[in-house]
Amino acid sequence: MKLSIERGALLKAVSQAQSVVERRNTIPILANVLIEAEGDMVRFRATDLDIEVVDKAPAKVERAGATTVSATTLHEIVRKLPDGALVTLTADGAAGRLTVEAGRSNFSLATLPKEDFPVMASSEYQSNFSAPATVLRRLFDKSKFAISTEETRYYLNGVYLHVAEADGGRVLRCVATDGHRLARIDADLPDGAAGMPGVIVPRKTVGELRKLLDDDEAKIAVSVSETKIRFATPEITLTSKVIDGTFPDYSRVIPQNNTRRLEVDAAEFAQAVDRVATVSSERSRAVKLELSEDRLILSVNAPDSGAAEEELAVAYGDDPLQIGFNAKYLLEIASQVDRENAVFLFNSSGDPTLMREGNDQSAVYVVMPMRV
Amino acid sequence: MPALCCDCLTTFDAGRRCPACRSPRVVANPELFDLTIAHMDCDAFYASVEKRDDPSLADKPVIIGGGRRGVVSTACYVARIRGVKSAMPMFKALQLCPDAVVIRPRMEAYAEASRAIRAMMEDLTPAIQPLSLDEAFMDLSGTERLHGAPPAVMLAKLIRRMKDQLGLTGSIGLSHNKFLAKIASDLDKPRGFSVIGRGDTADFLRDRPVRLIWGVGDAGQAALDRAGIRTFADLLRWDRAALVARFGSMGDRLYDLARGEDRRPVTAHEPVKSISNETTFHEDTSDPDLLDGHLWRMAEKVADRAKAKDLAGRVVTLKLKRADHTILTRQVNLRDATQLADTIYRRARELFDQVGAQGPYRLLGCGLSHLCDAGEADRSGDLLDPGAAKRSGAERAADRIRARFGADAIVKGRALR
Repeated sequence: MKLSIERGALLKAVSQAQSVVERRNTIPILANVLIEAEGDMVRFRATDLDIEVVDKAPAKVERAGATTVSATTLHEIVRKLPDGALVTLTADGAAGRLTVEAGRSNFSLATLPKEDFPVMASSEYQSNFSAPATVLRRLFDKSKFAISTEETRYYLNGVYLHVAEADGGRVLRCVATDGHRLARIDADLPDGAAGMPGVIVPRKTVGELRKLLDDDEAKIAVSVSETKIRFATPEITLTSKVIDGTFPDYSRVIPQNNTRRLEVDAAEFAQAVDRVATVSSERSRAVKLELSEDRLILSVNAPDSGAAEEELAVAYGDDPLQIGFNAKYLLEIASQVDRENAVFLFNSSGDPTLMREGNDQSAVYVVMPMRV
Repeated sequence: MPALCCDCLTTFDAGRRCPACRSPRVVANPELFDLTIAHMDCDAFYASVEKRDDPSLADKPVIIGGGRRGVVSTACYVARIRGVKSAMPMFKALQLCPDAVVIRPRMEAYAEASRAIRAMMEDLTPAIQPLSLDEAFMDLSGTERLHGAPPAVMLAKLIRRMKDQLGLTGSIGLSHNKFLAKIASDLDKPRGFSVIGRGDTADFLRDRPVRLIWGVGDAGQAALDRAGIRTFADLLRWDRAALVARFGSMGDRLYDLARGEDRRPVTAHEPVKSISNETTFHEDTSDPDLLDGHLWRMAEKVADRAKAKDLAGRVVTLKLKRADHTILTRQVNLRDATQLADTIYRRARELFDQVGAQGPYRLLGCGLSHLCDAGEADRSGDLLDPGAAKRSGAERAADRIRARFGADAIVKGRALR
């Protein structure tokens, strides 16, 4: 194999591949990226056995062929090469080396046989549709903060992507929860997505997917089966296993009868929460909200380290209420609001609280209070 | 050489018998009245309490331990003569001593006796570090003027008081640090009083096995064996850097202990780091229902102790021992610290569901660690488990019922499995 490629194109392709590779690997081949040169294209393929990413880039191929080298080493080398350099990759099958040449730099890297590289089995996808990058970005960005890291409830370690009935008809929906907070984000159902099976997209896949969604104009081809999901742009194909488990019935978690309504400027609210939480040294910083007519007092009382209080002018017209929350959770949901005021709907100090942006029902957050 | 009679507390200069009462229970050492760090260890404590409470057992071999499958927790000296040792499997103990009277531990009686001994120790010094119900370190530095007698005399008096007022005997080790005091208390059991002075330390340790070091178990012993270290003399040949390179932070300690040095203070209030409970079954089992019942009982015991100490924990641990004695532990971090049996049980149960099929098991245990104040516990609920608040309320209510009408007043159905 011998090919030449511009450094920028190579870096983009290799960085997507190397980020899938796990830092610590017990199986050496999984630390490598598979490089396949053919026609006027080069493909970089990396996997951790759960996720596979294939990245295509145009290249001048002198001799077709394939080999594998350490993904991180190759990435580091390319990253350090000067911008605009022309990079030549030459595999010497007999010596088991890959030569990387650029200007006066010359590297010789150990390779592993391409036959050892595990290529993910292809799947029969039941559903194929196309969605704008902006839509997928909103769905996942607004829900991923609520993904659980608990290993025992592994079925919460991802975003539940599925088709659901909403007031305005059927929607494409993402739900994530860790038992303390929950995010439910809806988008218009793309053509061809109606028959999609509900799948739990793992946390790592959500992170890798994000790199495909930066281009506002891009259309992403999505394919879903019971066991796999695939996101593809013309250059990059990301295939991932989905979490084999049943996502809990979240609909009964979302409060329907919370009547006490607080409306507040989200940015002001978040800043105030952040400020008062500073004095708390506990692991779970608890903030107390005291609501009375058009007035909200945020306070933290940490016997060991101090106390803080801040008052906000808000819109609130119901009975006075005192309720506590983990400051971090409040900040996270408040930071999801970017256009209108944040609307909180409370029931009692022991019941889940609902938060949404204005009257927008397409992004709903639920957070569990804590005793203060 | 200063000497002390352990029976009549007479101090005298030298001699094999007490000049006042002719007792042979004499302890003599050049530094006898200068040493201040002591270790008190009761003699066959559980068995002694049983014999005290039931005089008919006095000359019978008595073994304290649980069930057919349990291990010997304590054997009285009559049983020890027949070869019965602590931690020996019960069936083996009964082969050696078929006429032994086996008694299930009555922890409450032992705790009661322990409290009485503790009160007597507190008359000597506030610096007491209990290691278990029946042994403790005491630091008597600076108490001589207060008591008008050196520590050695006060310790002998303590042992005599325990015998006279509680009917229990103990052994004293007196030295210049905890490491040696603990070794000393074991030298002359029962009703012993042994002294290791600074001047005797090097000679005393030289040919003894390093196994004496508290905390060196089978694995530690094996590691030391591989390094060719069997006795303290072997250890002395190593310099500090080499020991640290080979054994890590333990190497540092080994270097000091080899020279009879131990700078750890007698700390009265060692904070509790974890709370745990375990049980060995009558027969190995992989029956999930049976194991589930054990799991609940263990979780409940752990929760009871956490509640009694006003503590909560952020990490739940499950421990299982397979039939071949391999140990399996799993732990889970909780977002919210807990002291509730319900939460401990449920999280341990999730861990069990991951490994439960690898049985059969002979032991199951459950623990709570990363402890914090109970005020920080169970502050937020779980969205996905709306019943949790109800169950927690029920548990608190059951606790109040048990506090009023006794521990067995109300139990969960699953505790009966």
